[in-house]
Amino acid sequence: MKAYLGVDVGSVSTNFVLMDETGHVLESLYIRTMGQPIQAIQDGLKKLGQGLPPSLRILGAGTTGSARQLSGVIIGADIVKNEITAHAVAALHCIPDVQTVMEIGGQDSKLIVIRDGIVVDFAMNTVCSAGTGSFLDQQAGRLGIPIEEFGALALKSKHPVRIAGRCSVFAESDMIHKQQMGHSTSDIVAGLCDALVRNYLNNVGKGKSIAAPVIFQGGVAANLGIRNAFEKELQLPITVPEHFDVMGALGMAILAKEAVARSGKTSFRGFAASELEFTSTSFECSGCANRCEIVEIKQSKAILARWGDRCRKWQDATTSSEVVAG
Amino acid sequence: MKITFPRMGTSWIGLKALFEGLGHETVLPPPPSKHTLDLGTKYAPEFACLPFKVLLGSYLEALEMGADTIVSSGGVGPCRAGYYTQLQKRILREQLSYDVRVITFEPLNRNWRGTYLILKDLVEVGFGDFLGALWLTWQKLLALDALEKESHRIRPLERHIGTTSRVVKDAFADIDAAQSVDEVRARTAVRLEELRAIPQDLAREPLRVGVIGEIYVVLEPFVNQDVVETLGHMGVYVHRSIFLTDWTKDNAILDAFRIPGEMNIKRAAQPYLPEMVGGHGQNSIGETILYAKRGFDGVVQLAPFTCIPEIVAKSIIPKVSEDYNLPVLTLMLDEQTGKAGVSTRLEAFVDLLTMRRQRLRGETA
Repeated sequence: MKAYLGVDVGSVSTNFVLMDETGHVLESLYIRTMGQPIQAIQDGLKKLGQGLPPSLRILGAGTTGSARQLSGVIIGADIVKNEITAHAVAALHCIPDVQTVMEIGGQDSKLIVIRDGIVVDFAMNTVCSAGTGSFLDQQAGRLGIPIEEFGALALKSKHPVRIAGRCSVFAESDMIHKQQMGHSTSDIVAGLCDALVRNYLNNVGKGKSIAAPVIFQGGVAANLGIRNAFEKELQLPITVPEHFDVMGALGMAILAKEAVARSGKTSFRGFAASELEFTSTSFECSGCANRCEIVEIKQSKAILARWGDRCRKWQDATTSSEVVAG
Repeated sequence: MKITFPRMGTSWIGLKALFEGLGHETVLPPPPSKHTLDLGTKYAPEFACLPFKVLLGSYLEALEMGADTIVSSGGVGPCRAGYYTQLQKRILREQLSYDVRVITFEPLNRNWRGTYLILKDLVEVGFGDFLGALWLTWQKLLALDALEKESHRIRPLERHIGTTSRVVKDAFADIDAAQSVDEVRARTAVRLEELRAIPQDLAREPLRVGVIGEIYVVLEPFVNQDVVETLGHMGVYVHRSIFLTDWTKDNAILDAFRIPGEMNIKRAAQPYLPEMVGGHGQNSIGETILYAKRGFDGVVQLAPFTCIPEIVAKSIIPKVSEDYNLPVLTLMLDEQTGKAGVSTRLEAFVDLLTMRRQRLRGETA
């Protein structure tokens, strides 16, 4: 059997998808990054590799997410892409005539506008992460509701209260206030969902045209309350794809397939990459006033990659002695 | 006097020549860095825009290096930047007790007499030498712009990423060191040749992207996270809407004689934004339209977070973008802006433009 691997290393979760040659998802894995991207990638590879038949061959691999460069080096990716493109590719794979992609992840939210199968516009949250997964997690924790039940509870509400959703800190104060006023938890939770949806549409969606079919993906798409609030606010049906929580990784598996079709070979290191020892260190370059922070990735003693330098002298050199600071 | 002045892109090379030509020692602050921004952010009002914070940080660095006089420019209109020097002066003198002189050049046509008085005070050389210094400064600025424009053209074609940036950096240093107009011209010619000799892949067809927005964030690479260079390294030809010499001709020299400059840009903006909203707001609209008419693939708008003129422009741009079928990416920049976020957006924007071009070509073929 043959498959393509897609990896999405984000701030909150690290996701893996194994896709067969026909575009079906064979395996998917969603694990917490916990601030340790290298560890998360290796743990994921190990877990994924254990359950697979020995006959399975990985023909190509791709990475995305905020740690896409790092994960690309570690797994030996054939293609490294930004999250927006990866999510758009996966959405188009699931709904070929999709026009709007809403993606809400751990700390990011995006809106991608697609017309006739190509991305024509996009937006990401810039100065505020109110309404993303981390905040919902935190509030569910504070209310003592398991995050999995959060959405169902919101659906029970008859009269959602109005919560100030402009800023997560103020939203929290407002929720506490509403609790103290005696509103029911389900009304507060539903109110929070409405507020977050308003915030998303006003910030990320400002000035963008949202047309059906609309696809909703990212970890937050699991939340029925948010899903429902979106449908109410947009007056449009919303589709949540089967693999909504690993769409970035799925997009990369698809792009890896395309990349390998062009290059004819893969640079994937194999699942054994989970056993290798990778270390990352960083230092400040004193070569000029820019004082760039250089990141260095090593596998045992060998330098695999460096980045962070504006002048690229570190990126281009493979041994420390090639660079003379100054 | 030990004079310091704001840094904005390569303009420091010209300004340094100017003040030295007028008979002063200059104190050049280091290029803006995280340290500069930390200093500026510490003493600036929180809601002041990014240029204010970076400039204040630069002044503080220069004062520590021994500068006793700051020369900056004022401005008119609804943009707050016109008043920034006044506020910075009070922060430096009153809050931080620096014994510093702050000299502000206001637009000439509104202030001929004030400008004369400043010059009388500032010029410590004869009239001939004064004119000579102005001429040398102007020639340096022209040379810098010519070199930079050529680097924008060549960067997306270079075979080895980073070569153009290295060559042009050396060229800037060369112009800085030049002592006479003849020397400036000779060195410019040599350096332009050197740029053109960079190994290039001429078969590439770079996407063409216009960069518009507020002048400071457009010109200073530190505050715009190297947008021009980053796009260039992704293989995109970048046309920057603002170059200092063009801007000076249109806004300082013509304006001094009350001749409106950049009329083509303002006329283009007319149907969407007939008002002068301060800063470069109206220009951002007009330039977007001109880029569309010139067949560019996309536009990147750069704006300091909370910049009112650019916010006005940003809210009109979706309509312009739709009418002219031209993708526009807006980047709002402040001290919290991370390089990762900017490059993710630029990468996605370049992907978008690439696919769009393939589609457009497929349809016409």
